[in-house]
Amino acid sequence: MPYINVDKDLPGIRSLMAFRPETAKPLSDLAEALLRDSTGLSRAERELIATHVSYLNDCFYCHNSHGELAVCYLDGNRELVDAVRKDYRHADISEKLKSLLQIAAKVQQGGKAVLPEDIANAKQNQATDRDIHDTVLIAAAFCMFNRYVDGLASVAPADMASYPLRAKQVAENGYGPHIYSTTQPQSVVEEVHA
Amino acid sequence: MAYIDLKNELPGIRGPMVYRPETGKVLNELAEILLHDENNTLSRGERELIGAYVSSENDCFFCQHVHGAMAQHYFKSDAQFIDNVKKDFRSTTISAKLKSLLAIAGSVQKGGKSVTPEQIEAAKNLGATDREIHDTVLIAAAFCMFNRYVDGLNTWAPKDRQMYVDRAPMRAAEGYSQAGLTK
Repeated sequence: MPYINVDKDLPGIRSLMAFRPETAKPLSDLAEALLRDSTGLSRAERELIATHVSYLNDCFYCHNSHGELAVCYLDGNRELVDAVRKDYRHADISEKLKSLLQIAAKVQQGGKAVLPEDIANAKQNQATDRDIHDTVLIAAAFCMFNRYVDGLASVAPADMASYPLRAKQVAENGYGPHIYSTTQPQSVVEEVHA
Repeated sequence: MAYIDLKNELPGIRGPMVYRPETGKVLNELAEILLHDENNTLSRGERELIGAYVSSENDCFFCQHVHGAMAQHYFKSDAQFIDNVKKDFRSTTISAKLKSLLAIAGSVQKGGKSVTPEQIEAAKNLGATDREIHDTVLIAAAFCMFNRYVDGLNTWAPKDRQMYVDRAPMRAAEGYSQAGLTK
């Protein structure tokens, strides 16, 4: 049960955003600027960084929500997303993205854990300054989002089939106010027509 | 020296904020609403103290001195008071309610799941409202982002603590506006 009195029909960060719309605005704007941009890093790569950091922070709601966004952008390749989530070094992704995930994982531990050799490795793999900047800020932002979600004990939907449906809405509409004003979609059992 | 070419010489978070204004603007809006907005039952000094404490726990030199100086300005205290709070807030003269909120912030710094129902209960028993608890958790979480942003890019920070104290009145007057970044 959440530590504060939030709307019980809304899950995770969305219940917290609805509780305090004044802070929800810059938080959703930040997600929009970092995750919906596709200069240098693709939307899929950005969501993969968010998913891995959320997994390292053991934030169930965030790593499942953003993992499904990555699945959306990767045309349904859930296997690849699961591989990156848990062990990106052996996943079928570019060396550049691996070097950026290495930086993101260091940021998760703490800012000072990022070493010059981590940066040099990324630059050798053609990461630009902007790619590195965005990677550090995405990782840092998820160290905030994850703590916000779990620090207030918000509730994550148990219906795993609802995450892909939700991800589709965000992929189509972005991180606007709809994310804290609409409820989690219900998964429906498809009727079999004889 | 910063790990990337920020194309400016500004210290701490101001370097990457000016380098990438799209995210810089939003980060400042978040700081403004959390730390400077008047529509809050936690005082500006209390909110800055939470930011300074979390930054100290994260060992972020730039942030703990910027926000420590802000708290010092609002509390009209000396630097020793801020240092005492960072070192051992439980033995200082701050209110029991603020101590209970700093305990929650300290747990958030370790990880979201470190916050316990007992800590929340204690804060509520001392009169903390749901919104105050919300803001405490989000301020602490936000500084876990700001601190990582500043140190993860290896930005530089002025060593002289007096510089931070001298800038605090201007920041208190202006708030966290984008315009103030390059001054």
